[in-house]
Amino acid sequence: MSEFLQQLINGIAWGSIYALIALGYTMVYGVLRLINFAHGDVYMVGAFAGFYAVKWLGLAQEPTIFGAVAVFLLSMGCCGILGFVIERGAYKPLRKAPRLTALITAIGVSLFLENAGQLIFGADPKFFPQIIAKKDVISSGGIILTNQQVIVLGVSLLLMVSLQLFVLKTKTGKAMRAVSFNREAASLMGISVDRIISITFVLGSALAGAAAILVGLTNPKIEPLMGIMPGIKAFVAAVLGGIGNIPGAMLGGMIMGIAEVMVVGYLSSTYRDAIAFAILILILLFKPSGLLGGFTGEKA
Amino acid sequence: MKRNSKIWWGLALAVVSMVLFSCAKKEDVVILGEFGSLTGGTATFGKSTQRGIEMALEEVNKAGGIQGKPVRIVVEDDQSKPEEAATAVKKLVNQDKVLMVLGEVASSRSLAGAPICQEAKVPMITPSSTNPKVTQVGDYIFRVCFLDPFQGEVMAKFARNTLKTSKAAILKDIKNDYSVGLAQFFTETFKNLGGAVIAEESYSEGDIEFRAQLTSLKAKKPDVIFIPGYYTEVGLIARQARDLGITIPLIGGDGWDSPRLIEIGGKALENTYYSNHYTPDDPRPEVQKFLADFKAKYNEIPDAMAPLGYDAARIAFDAIKRSGILDEKNIKDAYRQNTQAKSLMEAINTPGNRERIRDALAQTKDFPGVTGLITIDENRNAKKAAVVLKIEDGKLKYVETISP
Amino acid sequence: MQFKKIIFIILVLGFLLLVNYYVPRRMNPYLFQILILIGINIILAVSLNLINGFTGQFSIGHAGFMAIGGYTSAFFTFYFGRNLVPSLTSILLFPWLAKSVIFVSALILGGTLAALAGLIVGIPSLRLKGDYLAIATLGFGEIIRVLILNIDAVGGARGFADIPGYTNLFWVLFFMLLTVVVIRNLINSTHGRAFLSVREDEVAAEAMGINTTYYKVYAFVIGAFFAGIAGGLFGHYLMYLHTNSFTFMRSIEIIIMVVLGGMGSITGSILAAIIFTILPEFLRVVKDYRMVIYSLILIILMLTRPQGIFGLKEFSLLTIRNIFVRKEQVAK
Repeated sequence: MSEFLQQLINGIAWGSIYALIALGYTMVYGVLRLINFAHGDVYMVGAFAGFYAVKWLGLAQEPTIFGAVAVFLLSMGCCGILGFVIERGAYKPLRKAPRLTALITAIGVSLFLENAGQLIFGADPKFFPQIIAKKDVISSGGIILTNQQVIVLGVSLLLMVSLQLFVLKTKTGKAMRAVSFNREAASLMGISVDRIISITFVLGSALAGAAAILVGLTNPKIEPLMGIMPGIKAFVAAVLGGIGNIPGAMLGGMIMGIAEVMVVGYLSSTYRDAIAFAILILILLFKPSGLLGGFTGEKA
Repeated sequence: MKRNSKIWWGLALAVVSMVLFSCAKKEDVVILGEFGSLTGGTATFGKSTQRGIEMALEEVNKAGGIQGKPVRIVVEDDQSKPEEAATAVKKLVNQDKVLMVLGEVASSRSLAGAPICQEAKVPMITPSSTNPKVTQVGDYIFRVCFLDPFQGEVMAKFARNTLKTSKAAILKDIKNDYSVGLAQFFTETFKNLGGAVIAEESYSEGDIEFRAQLTSLKAKKPDVIFIPGYYTEVGLIARQARDLGITIPLIGGDGWDSPRLIEIGGKALENTYYSNHYTPDDPRPEVQKFLADFKAKYNEIPDAMAPLGYDAARIAFDAIKRSGILDEKNIKDAYRQNTQAKSLMEAINTPGNRERIRDALAQTKDFPGVTGLITIDENRNAKKAAVVLKIEDGKLKYVETISP
Repeated sequence: MQFKKIIFIILVLGFLLLVNYYVPRRMNPYLFQILILIGINIILAVSLNLINGFTGQFSIGHAGFMAIGGYTSAFFTFYFGRNLVPSLTSILLFPWLAKSVIFVSALILGGTLAALAGLIVGIPSLRLKGDYLAIATLGFGEIIRVLILNIDAVGGARGFADIPGYTNLFWVLFFMLLTVVVIRNLINSTHGRAFLSVREDEVAAEAMGINTTYYKVYAFVIGAFFAGIAGGLFGHYLMYLHTNSFTFMRSIEIIIMVVLGGMGSITGSILAAIIFTILPEFLRVVKDYRMVIYSLILIILMLTRPQGIFGLKEFSLLTIRNIFVRKEQVAK
């Protein structure tokens, strides 16, 4: 029993990481209908931004709450700016082009960030300093839960709720939904489509930065290709939940995380990825537009 | 449209200038080739190997080259992909017409490149491909590292005889033949010594989350966990294992050896052991000189790949020298036989000379490498002893030497 | 007409044999390898174009089909084919003929298995659309890779070594031409209009009485078959297979060729396959910056040619016809 509870904790903690990255994917997709392949790499840049920020602020030795928040915001800021640059430079010129064209550019940006990362940061893995000291919240009966895991889950829930509120309650959020629904009609209503798309990109990328710092807490290793696999899996999670849907991304991420952990724990760690993807395909066969997906009649 | 055509012209121009740039003029040098993963998933190993080779190259050239002939190494990237490795080797052998080939780290990419070297009869030395199959490709393929069976055996003996454990668990990297191989041979030896492998879990290279596997292993209550992976993952594995309250010893192979391991693993690495080629406190001058030079050049402590690359390159230089193909008389003969030759390489790069290098390589005996006294056996594998190191307070401590 | 066609085919085959005899003897093996890889990439790009470009089904699983074809045919030649050569030679008299028979049957076996997988993957496409289908195909590719990784008979993580090197220029060019001709003829037939209609507007196509599911699965099966053939050629050329050659990045590379060449343009795919096989080799001179510059070129190409090199399919099809007509005239 304690083993199962521990695995459940592992799964939820891991799922919240997928959820965090998936949130950014889903934001961008919801508005632009673009699979932002570079999202995982923005997440990588966020991790390195955090890494250098910690060095710069001298936080590696004595972690403080204030310092942690500062690193968090700095990384989000860096990613936000990067997202803005990517959107303006690589995606905006292609707004009227076929969707696959923008996808290839996204792949180009992704490859660029990965390879430039290997040149600039070096290909070897680095340790992400612990900006919040680890404490065990629960450690009895063979079950261990750390404060870092709680923080990751808490922050991702908080981000999801505030994002949802932002999209549903604010004027900008309304504009986002309008652009997502019908871009031409939205622009006729006086919404600056370019501005809204930029805002979405900045927000989505900043979320990647937040995710990077939080992952750095529980899984403190960073390297230039760290974004590829989590990027793919988080994208799968976003699709699973119904891409474009914010609670869906959270749900999808949780399912992916828990499913992976449970497959490893009780079925086979060798076939982990195969079984995880098989589950995904099965779910999609029964719910072709994701668990909470509302988009139908979409064209490839 | 106008703007577009300008860009196209620019691109064309760039391509043309690259072609011209690539046709550098020929000098009187000895040219070797190296293929490695300088980009892609395992770039960190490829770059590290290259650093070692680069050091050996600088050293030999500073000392006046091999018998007065400067050496150049053409380095080609294979993006960590087997088919790119094959292309890179084809280029080295046919385009650059190298005398010998050095590479690769991963057995999978060495296996893609080795048949090409074998067919063209160009000697190849792999610094760190541990799979037995690699040198079985043919009589022109050599290696300077341990084999999977040997290292698996070393750690099984260590776990059983020195640590006195009887129930072992294994956590291996399923995508890595090195890891799979070590796990297999560890299991065989450990069972033969009367122990039992009670659980086996796996991960994939690049993973950062191992808690699920570790929780499963913990529930089976082993005495020791064998993790035949690379430092890129092992640091995190150790950390997460300790987080989950697993305090038993963790042991592994030479893939662990890197300052990054200790940086990432930190305190979690107390009570861990791994097998390696050398210990940093080895008083042998080769080791101390290498460590000091590496530190001076790169301001870092090397991982296991760098000294293996260094040794592979030095053995290559040594074999060329011993083969006598650069002897004055031999060079003269070569020019006489090939009157068309415009450079040293064109004259001496003949199948006969490469066969002499191959024979010299095969006769390598007690070569004083950083990674031990290297003797090439009849299967073209390096025979050398392994040391077991313990990590204590973030420092490496010598435990014992296990001979083949 | 029929007679002329047969003569033409015989002439082409003769030409291929001639090429196969002279080129490897005259060409630097490094450049020769690039030539072979170009041929294989053309098969991959053109076959994916049928699924992605002409039928509009977004698939990121092409490397999976390639892997199935490659491993199946290699398994066949490694475990059975090699041993059959002597006995077959006694019947067919020539060793090269025996090898060819074994190789082609291995390729077709690999292609058929890949096509079967295409059928299995094609069926979800009845329900999934756009990016959801993309993810399902991506998942399929990854599942294939994990499965192969765990089959010890084909080497697992160590890779499949010692595959007989049966691939030569003749077979690569032969299957390349076959792929192009089959897919071109398919597109120009009544079926072709149906494929295009599925891409353009599925609902309208359905309303016009076109069985859209049939055509989607059809595209997947044909595309997968040729990808499987390409995989077989690839494996028997390198004489070694490893699952790292079939990651989703491989699928992405093929998609890049298709999109950059122009969705629904066969010549575009061919040209893009050539460019994207040669480009990384050209960039070797810039050493460490190779992949950075490669990705920058990719972005710039996409920004300057959003429709692909040959965006318009009419143009490309005309060109292809012209090439064929001209060749025919020369042959006469």
